Amino acid sequence: MSDLSDKIKNVIENEPVVVFMKGTPEFIACGNSGRALQALHALGAPITTVDVLPDPAIRAELTALYGWPTIPQVFVKGELIGGADITDELHESGELQQKLLDLLGESYATDAAPKTVTLVG
Amino acid sequence: MISRIESLLRDAFADAPELEVIDRTGGGDHFQVIVTSERFNGVPLVQQHRLVNEALSAPLADGTIHELRIKTRGTA
Repeated sequence: MSDLSDKIKNVIENEPVVVFMKGTPEFIACGNSGRALQALHALGAPITTVDVLPDPAIRAELTALYGWPTIPQVFVKGELIGGADITDELHESGELQQKLLDLLGESYATDAAPKTVTLVG
Repeated sequence: MISRIESLLRDAFADAPELEVIDRTGGGDHFQVIVTSERFNGVPLVQQHRLVNEALSAPLADGTIHELRIKTRGTA
């Protein structure tokens, strides 16, 4: 298992909500990454983001680990929620909030800005 | 390109009463796919999307599909 895989798993298993995205919350490089962030932000989720653009190996290792080929990818308490479409659909049906409550507890919400984690460089 | 995606999806979801591929931007690499299949019945949403991603793994891997929007429905 490569060092990068360990770092990826580490973030996923230790941060409550992780969004692997193209860009950062300040410089969103892809509409779908923005959609996933928007839905989570609307629910006050404590977001940690990882930019996959600096090194293509990040996306390759991520896909190898969790078998999801596209970006963004949303994880809550180590569980893959899905991409932008699923995050949106679950948000509209109220299931996303329920999942946050179930996995993170009643007081998960925060108004802190998203945190950014750098894996490479 | 649309026909290639349609045939890959048709192979994976031969029973699909509804199967649609839309080139969202006209650029030939941003697609919306809508699939109704009994294979989705009782299957969590993330697993439904996995089935579609697997059916389109080749064009996703080689970058032919830059962006893929997925809408799945069961038949139940």
